[in-house]
Amino acid sequence: MSLLSVNGLSVKFRQRHQDLVALHDVSFSLDRGERIAIVGESGAGKSVLGYALVNLLMKPGFIDAGSVQFDGRELTKLSPKQWQGIRGKKIAMIFQDPMVTLNPVLTIGAQMIEAIRSHTRIAYKDARKLAIEKLAHVRISAPSQRFDQYPHELSGGMRQRVIIAIALLLNPEIIIADEPTTALDVTIQAEILQLLKQICADNGVALILITHDFGVVSRIAERTFVMYAGRIVEQGPTLEIINDPQHPYTQGLLNALPQMALPGQRLNQIKGNMPPLNDQPSGCAFHPRCPYAEERCRQNPPGFVYSGVSTVACYVVEDMLSEFSQHDGDDSYE
Amino acid sequence: MVSFIGRRLCQALFVLLIISVVSFIIQDNLGDPVRQMVGQSVSLQERAALQQELGLNDPLLQQYGRFLMGALQGDLGMSYYYKQPTLDVIVSRLPATLELSFCALLLVIILATPLGVIAAIHPKSLLSRAVLFISTLGLSIPIFIVAVFLMYFFAIEWRVLPSFGRGETTSFLGLWQTGLFNQDGLRHLLLPSFSLAFVLTPIFIRLIRAEMQDVLQSDFIRYAWSKGISAPRIYFLHALKNTMLPVITVGGIQAGTLVAYTILTESIFQWPGMGLLFMEAVTRVDVPLISAYLMVVGVIFVVTNTLVDVVYSMVNPRVRIPGYSA
Repeated sequence: MSLLSVNGLSVKFRQRHQDLVALHDVSFSLDRGERIAIVGESGAGKSVLGYALVNLLMKPGFIDAGSVQFDGRELTKLSPKQWQGIRGKKIAMIFQDPMVTLNPVLTIGAQMIEAIRSHTRIAYKDARKLAIEKLAHVRISAPSQRFDQYPHELSGGMRQRVIIAIALLLNPEIIIADEPTTALDVTIQAEILQLLKQICADNGVALILITHDFGVVSRIAERTFVMYAGRIVEQGPTLEIINDPQHPYTQGLLNALPQMALPGQRLNQIKGNMPPLNDQPSGCAFHPRCPYAEERCRQNPPGFVYSGVSTVACYVVEDMLSEFSQHDGDDSYE
Repeated sequence: MVSFIGRRLCQALFVLLIISVVSFIIQDNLGDPVRQMVGQSVSLQERAALQQELGLNDPLLQQYGRFLMGALQGDLGMSYYYKQPTLDVIVSRLPATLELSFCALLLVIILATPLGVIAAIHPKSLLSRAVLFISTLGLSIPIFIVAVFLMYFFAIEWRVLPSFGRGETTSFLGLWQTGLFNQDGLRHLLLPSFSLAFVLTPIFIRLIRAEMQDVLQSDFIRYAWSKGISAPRIYFLHALKNTMLPVITVGGIQAGTLVAYTILTESIFQWPGMGLLFMEAVTRVDVPLISAYLMVVGVIFVVTNTLVDVVYSMVNPRVRIPGYSA
């Protein structure tokens, strides 16, 4: 049985006239110790998904339908008190911008100790020892000195290490990292990613990495989920998706990586913008930007098909597959 | 720390210089002090002699120069009415005003902090709506109306609290006449400090509510939730400590204006403090006393602002007063 399984998760934002749908029927699962990535542009609903998993959606967001099962427990029905026992202890989070994630008026130590002592009965002295140990674990120099410092006395990369150390304090089952390197210096990014990957591997922690950067994904995640306009449009093993993307959106994203452009040429981009929540296109949400869009794409959203590489929601891929199977007499539908 | 206080002292001197100039310029428009000092039966010659003796015939600049020289030696002149050094008169009234302001400020903090926090956490609850409604009301009712109403109900209708004066006072360490250590003094303190607090509490409730709502939206609060920390700890430690930063700054300025509001409160409750003294000095055209009062208030402003800066640096680790090590 998988550690986390999400089924038909829908998130809406309450509005005066009509609720806006931020997540449509999202399903995926995560095994113990597995590392997955959720990729998409800004506004695809990646972060909303991350917050929905730990029930930290900002008002007026709410989970409209679906289930989130963690270790056999249904999370969407937990009371605030029960949630307190899950957050930090079972599922830890790493946020995007380490400059604004730590509380500026509390010391690093205070913010670590409270995380420990909210979940376990342990003497201050022992909690302090554990905290300093974890700071050393994420390779922070002079950890016992850092313990008494305030966040502003540390650099961005250092702070993100502190946040990773806090995430590790209680040996969680899952770490959700929401764009953990986006706000950091490029030189620091690789270090932090390497640290995150290694720490998850060493401790058998499952990782959900939320990012817009395929370059980051390839280094960390075993499986990748590509999101567009609140839906998963393609999912499969990371390497296969990168080598042979099926969905036109995934192709566009990969094509937009700077290393895909020739020197002296404009970088490739996907035409147009992610549709706003209050103006979602009919049918396949990607059709206004899709080079292969047809009439039926405007009518009804496509279902998932297994392409042999990944699972994709696209009519064009579907057609190619059925042509292929007619020739071969082989049925590729999942 | 030393250089910080030194700098503040220079600022204070500059402020005092400006206050003294202003108070000297207005003195001509206040009326004739001699007429206030002597009765109707005094002859014109005697009046002229007195005027000469007080130096009132000298040019304004010369009078000011004389005052300034005195002030530099710690002498703010003699009160025309009390025939005593003005500073002594004011210092004898200082404890009453400081106790009143202190109690009012304490009430403001005790009332405004929990109400502001509750209004921020549950903005749609009936309680926060009621708090906001009453605070709007409080903002729009002038202090003298509040004071008169309080006095009417508590002192006249129900006869539970005294309506005027400071009541019994005891000597504290021989230098401070305090009303804080006996029941009668405390009973007298209640109505004046409540009416004084009534002016500032609504402002503070609104300030704390607005700041707290802002802070609750910030990333570090969401992060704190994601660590599984208890709600009270998030609200009253993580959020409140950040909320207090701007509140302390604004609060410090407001605490200064509290001294100004004491003039009204003290007049209504006949509270024998500096405010009442000032009102009397104005009606008696006791110019040296008026000038001295304004200067003492100036000093109080500078001192409170300095204290606010020190407190602010203790709450906010990102601000350190130069030379003040943590």
